[in-house]
Amino acid sequence: MARYLLSKLFEAALAIWGVVTIVFFVSRVLGDPTVLLLPMGASQQDIDTLRAALGLDRPILEQYGIALLSMLRGDFGISFQHTRPALDVVLERMPATGMLAGTALFFGTLIGAVAGAIAALRRGTISEFVVMTAALLGQATPVFWLGIMLILFFSVQLGWLPTGGSGSLAHLILPGLTLSVFVSASIARLLRSSLLDIMREDYVRTARAKGLMPRTVFFWHIARNALIPVVTMIGIIAGELLGGSVVIETVFAWPGVGRVIMQAIQAQDFPVIQAGVALVAVIFVVTNLLVDLLYGVLDPRIRQR
Amino acid sequence: MKPLLEVRNLTVEFNTASATVHAVNDVSYTLAEGETLGIVGESGSGKSVHALSMVGLIAMPPGRVVRGEVLFNGRNLLALSQRELFDLRGKEIGFIFQDPMTSLNPVLTIERQIAEPLRRHLGLSASQARKRVVELLELVGIPDAERRAGQYPHEFSGGMRQRVMIAIGVSCNPKLLIADEATTALDVTVQAQILELVRDLKKKIGTTVIWITHDMGVVAGLADTVQVMYGGRIMERGPVRAVFNDPRSAYTWGLLKSLPHGSQRGVKRLYQIPGNPPDMTREPVGDPFAPRNRFATERCFRETPPLVDAADSVSGHKVAAWYDLRQELAKLEAASHD
Repeated sequence: MARYLLSKLFEAALAIWGVVTIVFFVSRVLGDPTVLLLPMGASQQDIDTLRAALGLDRPILEQYGIALLSMLRGDFGISFQHTRPALDVVLERMPATGMLAGTALFFGTLIGAVAGAIAALRRGTISEFVVMTAALLGQATPVFWLGIMLILFFSVQLGWLPTGGSGSLAHLILPGLTLSVFVSASIARLLRSSLLDIMREDYVRTARAKGLMPRTVFFWHIARNALIPVVTMIGIIAGELLGGSVVIETVFAWPGVGRVIMQAIQAQDFPVIQAGVALVAVIFVVTNLLVDLLYGVLDPRIRQR
Repeated sequence: MKPLLEVRNLTVEFNTASATVHAVNDVSYTLAEGETLGIVGESGSGKSVHALSMVGLIAMPPGRVVRGEVLFNGRNLLALSQRELFDLRGKEIGFIFQDPMTSLNPVLTIERQIAEPLRRHLGLSASQARKRVVELLELVGIPDAERRAGQYPHEFSGGMRQRVMIAIGVSCNPKLLIADEATTALDVTVQAQILELVRDLKKKIGTTVIWITHDMGVVAGLADTVQVMYGGRIMERGPVRAVFNDPRSAYTWGLLKSLPHGSQRGVKRLYQIPGNPPDMTREPVGDPFAPRNRFATERCFRETPPLVDAADSVSGHKVAAWYDLRQELAKLEAASHD
């Protein structure tokens, strides 16, 4: 177990380093920040002074080393737009993103699990057909379109809910619902097919041959095994949602991480982009690490490797 | 001896969109208490399906018991409610399945998998069940049972897993133990150990056993009675010695002839039954083995032979054949001398 954990931690560190490195070099290729920082028509001397101040006159590898070391200390530089530490700009958006992701994950998983289980247990019936058609539609519908339709109906037509922004529970309902639809549809479809696969396993027949009640067979023998791939999927979705859903945060003007990165890209605010991307990478890697650990709890074969 | 199990005219079909598979056709036999019955046949002979269908373990649909009765201690199993079947399975009828690699749940401990029927049927508490699990593991010859109980199936070898399956099968002291290809997935030395264990257990707990296999050798070493099945029908049955020494069905004869003999040396090829397994989607008319039988008469294709007492043999030796195998073999013998 300790070795498993260590190798996973090593992989995680490697992944984050990779992302940070790519972002560093890509941003150097994209442009010279001094041009953006200084007013138009600044003298060459001003430019050189600033370049020296920012350390941009040093060899690229040296810059990279310095950047890496300061990133390790959590220093991503000062945001050009906000003139505050870039990491702070990104981090203060985390609660909003976390709230939206948590809502979507909670309701999405709940609805998806129930729907997937119904579809598998009522195989070949009208309930399976209805659930699976709904799930297919839910997964195939682009979230931005669904979001806009919901705004048109509930906010514009009925006037029940705000069209965007944040601050109250009412603000959370529409973006939360939009994301829940997508999450629950994905989970329902995967859980259904996973359950149907496991139901055919020999050990399920063994469980029945022992005379166990159908409830016991379902929860202990079928669901226990069918959940393993579903947990992976929930982990991936959690990572994506916690990294900020750019599209949904934009449609609903939700002040989350995705939106702040989006705005930083438009404004070419490199420190914020770097901090944002690094944060998203860390979140993604950490959720994956948690999933791997949960995997170990669910599957003894992995735990003992 | 008093019959424990009476199967009467059991007929099982699988209905799919494109065809109906006639898996078991009109199977009838009686099993005495304490008897060990070996059922032999190739894949698709209906040997496993007939046993699973008795206790509702085939998928229904597409499976369907078309007719028949299965009297177990006088109770018709096919007329039981779901709830009564749940109470019977694992308690009065224990199962040992093929392939211990896939028949144990990978994510539950061995202890839990053996304890489940104990807690469900015998109402044992967690600590009582734990004690019994260790006893059962010792009974089936697993060393260091106390520690092994807490492990998972992947920490056990194939033979050890099969021992665990057996422990599950006998956990509630069932009256009848059905082993479905229980040694097929094991290598020969392990297979011999498992057979030894089953013989030993039978002596200790005196269970009636149905041993389903495609291996004539296994049956010879274990069973009192052998029942040869083909195309969902019983072709021949009787005391092991009588059937092996004096087969009356051409199919049994072919199976026995295809076994390697100790005296056989060098490059002599083993006998092979000609033709292919029957198409089970066809209406079962006539003797199912007729198309592969060199001795088949015209009647074999038209009419299904009933299972009747074999002439001049011991009591209980029965065969379903229109031809007289002894006569045909004598003719063959004479021809080879000419």
